[in-house]
Amino acid sequence: MRRAGELHVVGRALPRVEAAAKVTGSIAYADDIELPGMLSCKLLRSHHAYARIISVDTSAARAMPGVVAVITGHDLPVKYGIMPTCEDELALEHEKVRFVGDPVAAVAAVNEETALAACRAIRVDYEPLEAVGSIEQALVPPDDEPIHDYAGPANVHRLAALEFGDVDAGFAKAAHVREDVFFFEGNTHLPMEQHSATAQVVGGKVTLWSSTQDPHYVHRALSKVLGLPMGELRVVAAPHGGGFGGKCDPFSHEIAVCKLALMTGRPVKCTLTREEVFYTHRGRHPVLMWVRTGVDDDGRILAMHFRSALDGGAYGSYGPASTLYTGALQTTTYAIPAYRFEGVRVFTNKAPCGPKRGHGTPQPRFALEVHLDKLAGELGLDPVELRRRNYVKPFTRTVNWLRITSCGLSEVTDRVLEASGYEQRLRRPGHGMGFAVSSYMCGAGLPIYWNRLPHSECVLNVGRGGVTLLSGATEIGQGSDTVLATIVAEELGLGPGDIRLVTGDTGLTPVDLGSYSSRVTFMAGNAAREAGAKMRALLVKAVAEKEGCAAGEVRVAGGRIGVMSFEEAALLAEERFGTLSTRGSYTPPEGIGGRYKGAGVGPSPAYSYSAAVVDLDADERSGEIRVNKVWLGHDIGRSINELAARGQVEGGVYMGLGEALMEAQAYRDGLLRQPSMLDYKSLTFLDMPEVETILVETVDPEGPYGAKEVGQGPLLPVIPAVVSALHDALGVWVDEVPITPDKVVRVLSARSKGKEPRYGPKGFPEVPYPALVKVAPPDAATASL
Amino acid sequence: MPRPIGRELLRVQVNGEERELLVRPYATLLEVLREELRLSGTKHGCELGECGACTVLVDGLPQLSCLLLPAQVEGAAITTIEGLADGAALHAVQRAFVERGGLQCGYCTPGMVLAAKALLDANPTPTRQEIKEALAGNLCRCTGYASILDAVEEAARLLS
Amino acid sequence: MLRLPPCSYLRPGSVDEAAELLAEHGETAMLVAGGTDLVPKMKRGQMEPELLIGLGHLAELRAVTETEEGGFEIGAGVTLAAVSGSPRLAAAYPAYTRAAALVSSPALRNVGTIGGNLCVDTRCNYYDMSFEWRQACGFCMKKDGDICRVAPASKRCRAIASSDTAPAAIALGASVVLAGPGGRRREVPVDDLYRDDGQYFLAMAADEIVQSLRLPPAGSWGSAYVKVRRRGTIDFPLAGVAVALRRSGLLVEDCRIVLTAVGSRPFDVSPAAGPLLGRELTAEVLAGADDLLAEVANEAAKVAKPLDNADLHYVWRKQMTRRAVEQAIVEAASCLPAPGGPA
Repeated sequence: MRRAGELHVVGRALPRVEAAAKVTGSIAYADDIELPGMLSCKLLRSHHAYARIISVDTSAARAMPGVVAVITGHDLPVKYGIMPTCEDELALEHEKVRFVGDPVAAVAAVNEETALAACRAIRVDYEPLEAVGSIEQALVPPDDEPIHDYAGPANVHRLAALEFGDVDAGFAKAAHVREDVFFFEGNTHLPMEQHSATAQVVGGKVTLWSSTQDPHYVHRALSKVLGLPMGELRVVAAPHGGGFGGKCDPFSHEIAVCKLALMTGRPVKCTLTREEVFYTHRGRHPVLMWVRTGVDDDGRILAMHFRSALDGGAYGSYGPASTLYTGALQTTTYAIPAYRFEGVRVFTNKAPCGPKRGHGTPQPRFALEVHLDKLAGELGLDPVELRRRNYVKPFTRTVNWLRITSCGLSEVTDRVLEASGYEQRLRRPGHGMGFAVSSYMCGAGLPIYWNRLPHSECVLNVGRGGVTLLSGATEIGQGSDTVLATIVAEELGLGPGDIRLVTGDTGLTPVDLGSYSSRVTFMAGNAAREAGAKMRALLVKAVAEKEGCAAGEVRVAGGRIGVMSFEEAALLAEERFGTLSTRGSYTPPEGIGGRYKGAGVGPSPAYSYSAAVVDLDADERSGEIRVNKVWLGHDIGRSINELAARGQVEGGVYMGLGEALMEAQAYRDGLLRQPSMLDYKSLTFLDMPEVETILVETVDPEGPYGAKEVGQGPLLPVIPAVVSALHDALGVWVDEVPITPDKVVRVLSARSKGKEPRYGPKGFPEVPYPALVKVAPPDAATASL
Repeated sequence: MPRPIGRELLRVQVNGEERELLVRPYATLLEVLREELRLSGTKHGCELGECGACTVLVDGLPQLSCLLLPAQVEGAAITTIEGLADGAALHAVQRAFVERGGLQCGYCTPGMVLAAKALLDANPTPTRQEIKEALAGNLCRCTGYASILDAVEEAARLLS
Repeated sequence: MLRLPPCSYLRPGSVDEAAELLAEHGETAMLVAGGTDLVPKMKRGQMEPELLIGLGHLAELRAVTETEEGGFEIGAGVTLAAVSGSPRLAAAYPAYTRAAALVSSPALRNVGTIGGNLCVDTRCNYYDMSFEWRQACGFCMKKDGDICRVAPASKRCRAIASSDTAPAAIALGASVVLAGPGGRRREVPVDDLYRDDGQYFLAMAADEIVQSLRLPPAGSWGSAYVKVRRRGTIDFPLAGVAVALRRSGLLVEDCRIVLTAVGSRPFDVSPAAGPLLGRELTAEVLAGADDLLAEVANEAAKVAKPLDNADLHYVWRKQMTRRAVEQAIVEAASCLPAPGGPA
């Protein structure tokens, strides 16, 4: 591996490769696609939270001038879902609707107004059922039938119960044991771009352009639902106006436009309204959590027991994975010798939850970090010191068998503490600082459905068309294209702008699982690097042979291969070897996780590490919180593009603060409380504090040039650090996010009346957990890699 | 059934070009730009005046195209994101957004860039607070706003 | 994309003509100046006019003139941005220009007018929703339904007065000129423009148009507007308080307090300021030393009866109303002319 000093473009703060297209408005997002003869599609959605469909009468809609086709659930009767274990969705429901916003019919018409009017003309006869609105309600036998018939008991979707090591023995040895309960309200991605999909049928073959993060999985679902071979379907990820996990599932509108295009022979587009985006959701689960930790006299963790209950909403989505994620990554920051996790996900009559930035881990991270703060307080220990005593060591294996490689946890801690002056802070009324750490995966170790394909493949072509990389990865704003172009450019001695990219197109690009789980830099990046290195070798070999020198003497940099220009070398190499096309692929190594049921969630080829310090002022009368500054240290392994990396950290801090302070997808009587950008509160320019980003490069042994993820990790420690800083400021605990000012005032008022200075859930419900699956932890030899 | 409403003439200058269009009197400027003129650089995020994504300049002032009716822009000069660059040469604000990483997914960018341009036209040396206030109605979900602030400051330098 | 339902748009040649069109078309017509309130509401089916009568192009509505007695008359079509960016208005009427500056976002203030903000529709979580959402909820009496969703026993609509500028205008003793058909004009205090009914919240006749706002001479009044909301921008008020203060020598001679967003109309609660009259606003009083401000604020906020139909907990909104009263008094005091200066 070349060392840092030898890198030419990797690590520099260069502009993004697609930036010019974005600042001129010339880039075409999904809704910017216009095709001749195109029809507009609208979906009719349920206005009942839970109801049986008695009948659907589309005759009036069909009779309207300008209406070309109307479909209902009977036209798309095949169930699908992102995870094979819970394929519980229909593109259009025809038996039951399970939340307000559940699609029941779709119309294709000459324009959007007509399609909307036709939707309103469809008569649906419903028989309302008793809706389920909370975790507690979902755990008891329902008045009416359960929301789904494939799970249970009651409205339980998924249960998990795992134990690693002897937890009871650990607690028995503990000098101190503490329990806490926390609640994390659900929230949503709120991408600036509403979802949009356009389908076109040419020669019997369907092409779908969609604002999706993972065309591979959409492709698969389309094939299943439409009953067409994958080869007759092509899914293209259009340039993307923000995902954050919200465009990772196959969606009704994507399937409906394909079906309507097949029926009408005309292109069909469906663009969701902002309100529909809130219904499409798949956002952060509301999670109730209970945690108990036992420590010795020095604060070393001896045992931990973590319980979570997730409000999944109406469908499965990524639910089984989400459930396990609430228990998986507690161990990647702290060495926990005995660990028990019990999780449950329930169905409720709300928009389905799924993956949002940090998928399933921000909630337990919030709980765990605040819990440790409280534990430190009880022990009279500095909360940073308590953490340090328990930090995982690099190149070890956790009790739940996750392989830790590079780990900059101590370094990110040192750096944020130093930069923020946390330990020397001056006290003034209402002012507080808080600290927390976290870690995140660099790509999920396993695909969402079982297959043996590489997780990322790419093809690199060099010819008269210049340098073209074909990769299935999708640019969702996170910088995927820039990272891949930079890596190829590095290998070929070019600039990132010299690389043409064809991405996220199942018809043109080899397999890539998509942009989720922070996998692109590590996985697609390694594939691109392999293809680039192979291409470089061909070019060098051709030049070396021509010049009669050793390959090692041919310098590749600055657009030159040795004595030749890149173009000359490419022509020479093509004459010598034929078509210049190389391939790269990436599959995570074996043995990065355990072998127990549930072991598929958590393993990753590497973990990033983050530490945050939050500085805020809180107003004792109004409960209003003004965050002054956030310091965020992130172990990125190596940054491929420093500008993009810093942007990801800043964006992660922003979203974390939003979740800590205001973002909430909440319901009243089955109806969303805030389905608009005015009512769903997100931070504006005037609410966002300064962020100081500290990138720490630990150079991971397996990441491309040592790189790890930066898209999701930096969000995680921000939320508990805000809670901790608020406690520092006012001496109260708010064990529920978002921390809105009314909650702060309520806890202050409670304290003034002599009550416990805490706002949060009172308890954790009875859950019918199954018998624990007991997993022997790795032995000492395995645990130290 | 309400009576059908005919199209009406709209005379407007868009990116320096005089346009005469027959438009529905209840079609917003956002629809006219995107659907009649095919200027799809103007984005829609909420269509209710709550996010700033559809910001265009009307006689030099940032306004929300999702809220404007044709009659309100009759005779006005409108600048959309497509009209900012001088041919192939990016406007200084665009250059600064590129160089300082003032965008990620890019969806809020057209509105952000235009709001920033209007600010710098009116106030060539804004403070950071003034930049925040001028761009306060433009939501961004990617950047955390930091790099946009840097970009606008950089643009002010480039223009001075 | 959300679109407006079909409607016609007329451009009357004058305010008189606009009033006549309004009289002629009755309930099927609505006025539109900036459209920043109307357009989103039409997109969501909350308002369904068949005819829009445009006012934005009328130059006679866009003038700002000094009146003979030394006040200002501001045309109803002047934008919020123009008002908040006017140094001479800001010097004379800080509560009013501050309120205008705190409405929504900069781009919206470039279009939204001062007349529009005075007439801005009342707001409610059960009303400011799409047709589909309201259909799922079963509609409410303000539109398409027959009961109040937040207070089902209420005989009237409990939507919330949400104008930022109205309380400031009332505190400053402003009036509006209303134009009716046939050249009819009448001037009424801004306070008389409103009714305590979320559905029928404007007291003017159906064929009347707000033509201008008349602000009396600033004199020695100091004024301030404090807005409570979640974010630093965009949001409507969760509570808003305008205070205007006048001193005689060092002692408070008059104090007006007007609340918004705590009921279906702005509330003039000036009698609550009684304990301040004849008192000196020392630094200690303004710092809350002898609970004088708290006493005034508690009394002033008594009228506030927030319900669960806006952002955040209603108890908190009530608490914040008290706090905002105190803040507004402090801020108004800070911009009083120095004692002994020009009266």
